[in-house]
Amino acid sequence: MATVEVRDLRKHFDDTVAVDGIDLASTEGEFLVLLGPSGCGKTTLLRMIAGLETPTSGEIYIADELMNGLPPRARKIAMVFQSYALYPHMTVFRNIAFPLKAEGLDPEQRRDKVEWAARLLDIDRHLDRRPRHLSGGERQRVALARALVREPSIFLLDEPLSNLDAKLRAAARDDLLEFQNRMGITTVYVTHDQVEAMGMGDRIAVMEHGRIRQFGTPDEIYHHPADTFVATFIGSPPMNLLHRSDHLVGFRPESFLPEALNGHDPTRTSFAFQVNRVENLGSDRYLYGTVPGLDEQTKVISRLPSTVSIPIEPQREHQFTVAEDDLKFFDKETGSSIPSRPL
Amino acid sequence: MSTQDASSAEGIVARMVRPRRHLLDDERFLARIGLMPAFIYIAALVGFPFVMAILYSLSDATIGSTSFDFVGLETFRQLFRDPVFMQSLQNTFVFTFVANILVVVLAKALAMVLVADFKGKWFVRFLVLLPWTTPVSLAAITWLWTLDSIFSPIDWVLRNLGLIESNMYWLGSPGLAMTSIIAVHTWRIVPLAAVIIMAGLVAIPTEIIDAAEVDGARFWRKLFEITIPLMAPIIAVAVLFGVILTITDMSVVYVLTRGGPTNSTQVLSSWAFFKGISGGNLAHGAATALFLLPIMIAVAALILRMAKRREVL
Repeated sequence: MATVEVRDLRKHFDDTVAVDGIDLASTEGEFLVLLGPSGCGKTTLLRMIAGLETPTSGEIYIADELMNGLPPRARKIAMVFQSYALYPHMTVFRNIAFPLKAEGLDPEQRRDKVEWAARLLDIDRHLDRRPRHLSGGERQRVALARALVREPSIFLLDEPLSNLDAKLRAAARDDLLEFQNRMGITTVYVTHDQVEAMGMGDRIAVMEHGRIRQFGTPDEIYHHPADTFVATFIGSPPMNLLHRSDHLVGFRPESFLPEALNGHDPTRTSFAFQVNRVENLGSDRYLYGTVPGLDEQTKVISRLPSTVSIPIEPQREHQFTVAEDDLKFFDKETGSSIPSRPL
Repeated sequence: MSTQDASSAEGIVARMVRPRRHLLDDERFLARIGLMPAFIYIAALVGFPFVMAILYSLSDATIGSTSFDFVGLETFRQLFRDPVFMQSLQNTFVFTFVANILVVVLAKALAMVLVADFKGKWFVRFLVLLPWTTPVSLAAITWLWTLDSIFSPIDWVLRNLGLIESNMYWLGSPGLAMTSIIAVHTWRIVPLAAVIIMAGLVAIPTEIIDAAEVDGARFWRKLFEITIPLMAPIIAVAVLFGVILTITDMSVVYVLTRGGPTNSTQVLSSWAFFKGISGGNLAHGAATALFLLPIMIAVAALILRMAKRREVL
């Protein structure tokens, strides 16, 4: 068991700044997700923790020991790559045994450990096969088994589900999470998929341009975004942001509901919603339009679950409400969250 | 009048429905025309001499007479009784085997240098590729002087280091001459092999190398358990090229030693040239040159099959 911590970590590639001063610390056994769009520096950060990339400045601690300058093999980490990076010329058995062989374990102990890991991940039938004869999900489990046999103190996972098809991904997510819970090993997980991040992470670090925009539980990040980037990056469709004179006011599409649904409620703020288009997706209805009383320019989306059967006519104004708690305010200049204020 | 109009109208319609095909629209015609120069070139400069060589090797032709009698395999039988041929055969195997082992080892090392990222790498790349781009004549003169019995800079250095008393006869004593030939030929072939192997090296996904590093593999383990097995097919291709370029090469031997001293560096291709062209015995020259053809075809087939069979991804 161990924790990971980085302090003021930076990485420059020639003239681009990939990681721009990151402070981050996990707790023991935590499932920590690095979430951000491509190019935000999340993979570079992970590779620096692994020792595959040398930081320009800053410190990396694993189990409270300074890791800077140590090669990956000395860091007690295991990593699962996006492509799984299985050795194509070796059987599954030899793939899993490879780190043990590098450690200098004798063949008998190697066999025991490989068999233990293979049973744990339910791939013991495939030990004599080569990776290319396995399905995507099986390959992923071989990669996990290879990571597991070293008994690492930290797991580093770089978008391990992105190569699986959508159907398999949900099941693999489940397996992975259960596996991590059972092992209790601190895990740093990189993804660009907010559904994965929200569903799996104990805490999520949302990154953009090499910096952490917000670090918190999925609930905090979703309901109390620290700034407009987090507010619009998380959630699908993203949070509506309306321009006021000196600030922005935001609310989530699912919080923006017809007045008829809640009746007149003094804790809810009411707006006129000019609906331009209605999209019926089966489980939800998406209403596209504007709020003429607040900001006529910005497009606003309301998401009504199919359980709300109130008829909404397009090309008409409807009265909609948002609970006061669901209104978020942001500074117009910096985009940072600011305290509530009257509209 | 009306019938004439009708027929001409039909003619127009027919022409509209079936537009005339131009000869240049015919792809098969174009393909044949396009391939013709290459075909003529190969047929005239490779195919014709090859057929002639086979005919000569089955005859008793010499340049001294116009008689041309088929003697079947008699010429080949005579070859085996010729001690110089037997020595050339042995030399060819030694030359090819040693040179190509050196080529593979050096080319692998050079390929790793070529892909590495460091300051001034353009200069190193330039130096590595230099032997391949230098004209043979220029390179040969350089090597002749480098290996000269009196002025050799190698001897000068060794003498001044106190390692030798008097000059070494690099091209004049049998063992050293073969060593020199192998060294120069290796020097010529290595850049090509290095570039081929480099292509294989950059084709290995970086994540696999990263994984090996995370898994705790150090330099030699990564080299022998990961990169070399993954590159085996491309190394096989490099070896194939190397072997063919070595077995068929006579320029290094011709320029440096002419097969001497006392045929100790004579190889089949140089012996074929001396016997057939300089010596005028066309039949023996052709038979010597063709002697290794079946072996080379077998080696090529074997290596290509190995390259194909390796399981990669």
